[in-house]
Amino acid sequence: MSRATEDRNRRLLRARDTIDRSYAEPLDVAALARVAHVSPAHFARQFRAVFGEAPHRYLQRRRIERAMELLRDTDRPVTEVCLDVGFASLGSFSRTFAAVVGEPPSAYRQRWLAARAAGPRERASARAPACWEKALRRPVGAPAAQPSPPASAAPARESSCGEAGSAAAL
Amino acid sequence: MFKQISHTFLYVLDQDEALDFYVGKLGLVVHTDADIDVMRWLTVTLPGDDSLQIGLLVPGPPLHDEATAAQVRELIAKGGAGGGVIFETDDCVGTYEALRAKGVEFTQEPMERFYGTDCALRDPFGNPLRFTEQPRPA
Repeated sequence: MSRATEDRNRRLLRARDTIDRSYAEPLDVAALARVAHVSPAHFARQFRAVFGEAPHRYLQRRRIERAMELLRDTDRPVTEVCLDVGFASLGSFSRTFAAVVGEPPSAYRQRWLAARAAGPRERASARAPACWEKALRRPVGAPAAQPSPPASAAPARESSCGEAGSAAAL
Repeated sequence: MFKQISHTFLYVLDQDEALDFYVGKLGLVVHTDADIDVMRWLTVTLPGDDSLQIGLLVPGPPLHDEATAAQVRELIAKGGAGGGVIFETDDCVGTYEALRAKGVEFTQEPMERFYGTDCALRDPFGNPLRFTEQPRPA
């Protein structure tokens, strides 16, 4: 019993690692299910059982976490950041970002620039290796099921993550 | 006060498999492999530097009751047991390529970071490991 659970957990961890590594690619359920040696029909349910959230939500948080860093630490335009982290459309990127972070990408960047200009305070966690940065900085907001819309009227959310070929969206 | 960190511990699911990986693939050496009656006390170190031993422990009696051990094993397998090690290397890319050729499972290929070049892997059980090449002084 436990052996089977360990084996399942390890295979699903491999799929989660694939999300962490390949977030910028158009990941779909079929590819991740193959990594986990699970049937596509069971993949999302098993992933949620092991990690406590749906795989598409995990992927969204990974992408938004990467976008937050690019917005903070580079001057790449928002449209390029959107593509860099795996979104196919600016609309779905902006909506997902706002749902997770609580403000649009451009506002987030402005706030960071303003804070940085206000004082040369070094970020303590900037000393942490990348694995910890990744884990610690990942936003915990809930973008997936029924996000509360931003204050301004939000258009209906897409069900996909906005990645290319989202017919089999996570 | 303290002057040295001498031991740290990782939970593994199988000590023989752990030896294959940590010694056979990563190139560490066995420091102690002893039957201490209640358990197999297995530690590994860097070759040529045994100032820090990594103990490779298996969840179970006498450390845990069976139910707790099962929970710990399941956590290890989903990457949530909490342990981990970061090594330093003089050649991140070369080490990465050598270990990849041995079938080691990488979770991040070498990347330039502000603290150096590093990459990430997992041991066969799910524990996260990392190795870093410090930036060269200009």
